[in-house]
Amino acid sequence: MKLAVEIENLTKDYKIGFWHKHTVRALDNLNLKVEAGQIFGLLGPNGAGKTTTIKLLVGLIKPTAGNARILGRDIKDIETHQKIGYCPENPYFYDYLTAYELMLYFAELFGLTKDAKKRAEKMLNLVGLHESDWHKPLRSFSKGMLQRVGLAQSLINEPEVVFLDEPMSGLDPIGRREIRELIARLPKRGITVFMSTHILSDIEVLCDSVAILNRGKLAAVGKLDELLFTKETNELEVILRGVTVEALSNEMKSLRVLEKPSGLQIRIKEYELVELISVIKKLGGSVVSVQPVKMSLEDFFVKETAKQEAK
Amino acid sequence: MKWLIVAKNTFRETIRDRVLYNLILFFLLITASALFLGDLTGGNEARTTVNIGLSATLIFGVLIAIFVGVGLVSKEIEKRTIYVILAKRVTRAEFLLGKYLGLCTVLLLNTGLMGIGVSVVVFTVGDLMRAISIWGAVFLIYMELCIITAVALVFSTFSSPILSTIFSFSVFVIGHFSSALKDIAQSIGSTSAKVFFTSLYYLLPNFSLFSITTQAAHGNLPTVSYLISVTTYAIFYILILISLAIIIFQNRDFR
Ligand SMILES: Nc1ncnc2c1ncn2[C@@H]1O[C@H](COP(=O)(O)OP(=O)(O)OP(=O)(O)O)[C@@H](O)[C@H]1O
Ligand SMILES: [Mg+2]
Repeated sequence: MKLAVEIENLTKDYKIGFWHKHTVRALDNLNLKVEAGQIFGLLGPNGAGKTTTIKLLVGLIKPTAGNARILGRDIKDIETHQKIGYCPENPYFYDYLTAYELMLYFAELFGLTKDAKKRAEKMLNLVGLHESDWHKPLRSFSKGMLQRVGLAQSLINEPEVVFLDEPMSGLDPIGRREIRELIARLPKRGITVFMSTHILSDIEVLCDSVAILNRGKLAAVGKLDELLFTKETNELEVILRGVTVEALSNEMKSLRVLEKPSGLQIRIKEYELVELISVIKKLGGSVVSVQPVKMSLEDFFVKETAKQEAK
Repeated sequence: MKWLIVAKNTFRETIRDRVLYNLILFFLLITASALFLGDLTGGNEARTTVNIGLSATLIFGVLIAIFVGVGLVSKEIEKRTIYVILAKRVTRAEFLLGKYLGLCTVLLLNTGLMGIGVSVVVFTVGDLMRAISIWGAVFLIYMELCIITAVALVFSTFSSPILSTIFSFSVFVIGHFSSALKDIAQSIGSTSAKVFFTSLYYLLPNFSLFSITTQAAHGNLPTVSYLISVTTYAIFYILILISLAIIIFQNRDFR
């Protein structure tokens, strides 16, 4: 297992006030490991410390304590930057350059000279920026276009790890889906994605693993499937046919039954399954399906942040 | 050679900046008006033209150096364009050096063009000798501008654009009255004030070394040894300032 990002006891205090007398702890002792080749989602409410974490990793701010490595290399080592990409939240670029000039400039910063043009064109195409917009000044770009340029520039060096801070913000539903599909394809190109968001539906379809931050602290971390099938739900959803609601209620009290076109939908605890099946047999009905109930990410998110806050 | 790429882009940024052209336009207006003023003083056209032309070259050069110089870094911070740059494979030192050298290149071009403008006007007035001899003064003006740019850069790495502009102008003005600081230090009674003014005298650049406009107006060229020693002074001063800017910049958070 190769690690893309390893974070150890990472802590960041911001100094505030005129004389920098007060401090705010934006990130508190974060420990995190991200495997290479996946899409990793950093979740959390506003002010949770997502942006702070990403800025620390790409070297824009310095940790108060702790350390981190990207691809096994210390984040303080400038060589780390050769293999990473970064797109900030609400990216903004030079007014006086066109999208194409910006891409060339950044390509050159990575030491690409001969390939710069080819690479710039490839990435602008990849993010779906219309060719007629390539040579327009960036100051005339809409938020969605800027977001695409942001993504294109983060990939200019064909990085191994890319850090995306709220990559879907400011996009319309169609643009959002396009960018989502683009991000989903990145692991196939050998790129590990480390993204932050508070849009849960994006995370649900995109991410392999997630970490939930709240007030600078880690509230939960793990593979998305595993987190959502937690023992605490332990519920099953059974669909059945050939039985009436009344007959069923007579046999088993306090059942929550819903009538659906596919049949009756019942939610039960795992241990109630044997009893339910024998009742259905007795009534002459048939079981269409039995499925574990997946907790919605939203439920999970609310639960974990509340739990963490109670600590 | 990352700094060279940053410098190239800074050059492009600056020559696409409208501020630059507005200032150049003003310079042209003033220098052209010197022709008419020159007539008024009768007989000394060439001297007046050199005086006005070179003063305008310095003033507009300083305006560009400070306004554009302060903006070099602070605009990148304010518009957050610095985020993506510093996440790339470029060190903060390379970035700063590139920014500085990019603007110095623009200033070289500018000062050169302004110098040519003054030369042409002086030549029109009919004084070939002075048209050539101003170039020693133009060179020293350029050196002064390079120092001012470095000063602006240092301030802009830690303070707001407005404060940086005010500080840089103060350094420019006080630097020209450097000898006055020494006089004050000598005449003043209290020792703490003496120490203050003396250290200010040694700390701030001595720009009077760089203004030989009057000399040029009389058609005199500076000696080569003078040029060399003043240039050495300028280079040392710039190296110290840039190192200072890099140290401050490297310890900054971009949050
Ligand atoms: N420049 C700053 N100065 C002082 N405090 C800051 C600064 N930036 C962030 N903070 C504080 O640090 C904490 C974490 O902020 P951060 O921007 O990392 O959150 P976030 O998870 O990215 O939030 P959002 O979803 O709103 O983008 C917040 O409490 C915030 O108030
Ligand atoms: Mg954020």
